[in-house]
Amino acid sequence: MMPSSATPAPLLSAHRLAFSRNDEPVFGPLDFSIGRGETVLVEGDNGSGKTTLLRVLAGMLPPSAGEIRFEGAPATRDVCDGRLLWLGHRSGMNESLSARENLEFLAGLYGVHADVDAEAAMQRVGIAGWIDEPLRALSAGQKKRVALARLLLLPGDLWLLDEPYANLDRHGIELVNALVTGHCAGDGAALVTSHGAVRFADPCARHIHLEA
Amino acid sequence: MVSTPSNALGPTRARQGQAARTPTAWHACRALLRRDFVLAWRRRGELFLPLLYAVIVTALFPFALGPDPQLLGRIAGGVLLVIVVLAMLPALDSMFRSDLEDGTLEQWLLAPQPLALLALTRVIAHWLTTVLPLLVVMPLLGALLDLPAGVLPVLLVALLLATPLLALLGSVLSALAAGARRSGILLALMLLPLAVPVVIFAAGAIAAAQSGMPYLAPLAWLAAALAMAIVLAPLACAAALRIAVES
Repeated sequence: MMPSSATPAPLLSAHRLAFSRNDEPVFGPLDFSIGRGETVLVEGDNGSGKTTLLRVLAGMLPPSAGEIRFEGAPATRDVCDGRLLWLGHRSGMNESLSARENLEFLAGLYGVHADVDAEAAMQRVGIAGWIDEPLRALSAGQKKRVALARLLLLPGDLWLLDEPYANLDRHGIELVNALVTGHCAGDGAALVTSHGAVRFADPCARHIHLEA
Repeated sequence: MVSTPSNALGPTRARQGQAARTPTAWHACRALLRRDFVLAWRRRGELFLPLLYAVIVTALFPFALGPDPQLLGRIAGGVLLVIVVLAMLPALDSMFRSDLEDGTLEQWLLAPQPLALLALTRVIAHWLTTVLPLLVVMPLLGALLDLPAGVLPVLLVALLLATPLLALLGSVLSALAAGARRSGILLALMLLPLAVPVVIFAAGAIAAAQSGMPYLAPLAWLAAALAMAIVLAPLACAAALRIAVES
């Protein structure tokens, strides 16, 4: 089947992957793979199934057909847990807790990179001064930056970023691009959805286009 | 594991070079407990409500029934039991609600930790923050209703077994109902048939103690049910949480 000794299996690959909701096809069948160091941009109009595709890849929704393989092995929870980092529409952070408390809790679940702590991550996303404020005192864009700090802090090979550019200003968009580029340069990979309004940093990034 | 020269990458870090250690399950549970306690402290006004409810209802009983110590003493055990069960109910609904709404559950699901263990930890934190205060004021409430002194320890033991059991059962239902709107009513309706046997056994122990009969058997049944629920409920709860995140 796969010459695994010659070329390493891609980090994530999808074969004839499809998803239907109530017998209504949402996307697919899709075939694609993401190797280490690669960025894949998922494009499509609102309602074309970008978020659904990411949720299926993250294992939060079971695919209707096809299969997902992670480093050549079927993507089960045991294989994937902790290797994927998810950034969705919902921040994954509690509004009553500060950024530091939120990040330290997630670090307790996922672990952290050896040389990063919550403070360094917040510094990198440019809102270190807000680290001890409850999140509800922060603006939507600042909350998004805290969520981005999570990507820096937690270890994970594949980033699944659903509309990471939403709510961000021009510098924020550049920050997302820099983080994704840095992550991929460090042998990670990223799958990013966008409705196409934002210019993506890497002109060589592969695109998956979803039709509504 | 591929090791990448970190200096070649400049500002970006060599991710594969630094093997990040997955925290142990114990570490994760401690992080979750700490988070839940901090949150409970921030919302301590809300936590006070069940306590206030229990004190007010207990204080109203003598007014409604008349100050007859014998009548009050006879019904006190059962009344306190029902008050505690009812005081627990509203808080059960919120066990996973906010975590589902703000996306924290999505992070739980992808974390390299057993979801059932996180669910069990959440139930423990919930019990410690919302139910334990009720048990602490129980001697005071017992005094308000003229509960016989010999019955109080049995009541406390029965509650110590029955309330975690109800919290575990409630966690499964709370996870199932988390995605639904107005789930509070749904939860109360679903919990009722499950709560009835728990109340019967707890009340059985209290009634037996009150009439000087052996009360160990119903307590042992409660303990057995609790032991089973500690193992099974978190698994069911984890499955329900996955469904809640899916929808």
